Amino acid sequence: MVSKKIVLHFPHTLVDQPIVCKLVKEYDLEFTILKANVTPREEGLLVLELSGEDKNYEQGIEYLKKTGVNVRPLSKNVIRNEERCSHCSVCVPICPAGALIVEPLTRKVNFYSDKCIACELCVNACPLGAMEVHF
Amino acid sequence: MAKTIKEINEKIKKGKAVVVTAEEIIDIVDEKGLEEAANTIDVVTTATFGPMCSSGAYFNIGAVKPKIKLGGGRASLNNVPVYTGFAAADLYIGANALPDDGPHNKVFPGAFKYGGGHVIEDLVAEKDLKLIATAYGTDCYPRKNLKTWINIKDLNEAVLFNPRNAYQNYNVAVNLSDKIIYTYMGELKPKLGNANYCSAGQLSPLLNDPYYKTIGIGTRLFLGGGVGYVVWQGTQHNPTVKRKDNGVPQAPAGTLAVLGDLKQMKPEWLRGTSMQGYGATLTLGIGIPIPILNEEICRWTAVRDEEIYTQIVDYSEVYPQGKKGSLGEVNYGELKKGKITVQGKDVPTGNLSSYPKAVEIAETLKKWIMKGDFLLGEPVAYLPGPDSGYSVKPLTERPIKEGG
Repeated sequence: MVSKKIVLHFPHTLVDQPIVCKLVKEYDLEFTILKANVTPREEGLLVLELSGEDKNYEQGIEYLKKTGVNVRPLSKNVIRNEERCSHCSVCVPICPAGALIVEPLTRKVNFYSDKCIACELCVNACPLGAMEVHF
Repeated sequence: MAKTIKEINEKIKKGKAVVVTAEEIIDIVDEKGLEEAANTIDVVTTATFGPMCSSGAYFNIGAVKPKIKLGGGRASLNNVPVYTGFAAADLYIGANALPDDGPHNKVFPGAFKYGGGHVIEDLVAEKDLKLIATAYGTDCYPRKNLKTWINIKDLNEAVLFNPRNAYQNYNVAVNLSDKIIYTYMGELKPKLGNANYCSAGQLSPLLNDPYYKTIGIGTRLFLGGGVGYVVWQGTQHNPTVKRKDNGVPQAPAGTLAVLGDLKQMKPEWLRGTSMQGYGATLTLGIGIPIPILNEEICRWTAVRDEEIYTQIVDYSEVYPQGKKGSLGEVNYGELKKGKITVQGKDVPTGNLSSYPKAVEIAETLKKWIMKGDFLLGEPVAYLPGPDSGYSVKPLTERPIKEGG
């Protein structure tokens, strides 16, 4: 099994075509859409978490590339500045991915970066500016 | 057996005082009973670490040659305007101050990355700050312009002086509308998407001394990592709100005005803060010791989260329009579990106030007292209590007619 977060850029010629659904139908892959956007010039951006058997995953990515989709790993990371974080927990209900959770015993906020989808909602919501975006 | 602050201070000086935090006293009273706990414990330390908007600092920059009278002129620090209404060389900066040319909320929600609170943090961090000032010039203060770097180390006095801190209890903020709102209680998602609160609950100073029997004018405290004092009741002090049988107010009530030497403070306990869509402010750590003078005071300090109730308030309509109405009452035990029920819906909770930092402050203050470094201040006057008739009033507008 493999599960990776990837960024797909669709040229405007491809935005109206069924492509991602084939990952499920023909390559038996599962995906979660983390972010989707079509720009005014009709280029598409899709951030996915894609998972499935290793071989299927490779073939699926190969298929995407052949159709003209630009595939990149998700390289944007949200990092917590541990010195600035006060563990107040105001970010906890804001995080849509469940990556920020209060540890019941210590009352500290744990940041599970593997669950983070880099949506950046916490970055602006953190009053102390402890959540930082790194590229 | 009743004790006096003087007796407790004698024990502190000898290194014999028994000091516990407001968290630890709960189990001690449970295990030993009130009488024994009150006899053996001398001091309970309380604390809070959260955004406190009505905060600011004044400082004296010293005379320059030739002299300039800042009073009545204009001045800014790192581009954030400071108040110049005091004499030649005294300036005051409020935590909410913002650059004149800042974007504020023009692109909504504004980020408010740098304001008065951040200037105060940078000052305490001993960073050089850019002071730009203009004055009108007088015979004795001829100079009209000043542009210089300043540093807290070179200031004559630098004093944190906060008109309103350490609120005794606070609202839980929710949003009933169908669009996201950005408030001083944080980002509130539509249709009861989250519920934000702001209190250390069982550790919070005034929740442990609900009738202000020990915390009064002259009380010595931990302020931003240094030593400070209660100097008055805070603005909007409102002791007459409804209380539970244990004396704890069920809504925002008492407040404190505090003051302390900024030069002793540390940026770790005094953080510039940005509330998205709302403004800049200061997050501050305060710790207050409560002398256990008798059983009653001991019982109050043993209050637990489950016994402290507060109101759930809609910040999309009720709060901004100044309407009255609570969506219900919850206790801090429920809030700290991470989920409350409002109008039949499960709503996740977030705290703007850091409980782990409050614990750290209460522990630090405990150590200071146990080492004999920190003596208790004996209040010279007490804050208005529930029977004082003192309460907060809204402003009744008296419209000014044209030409009036």
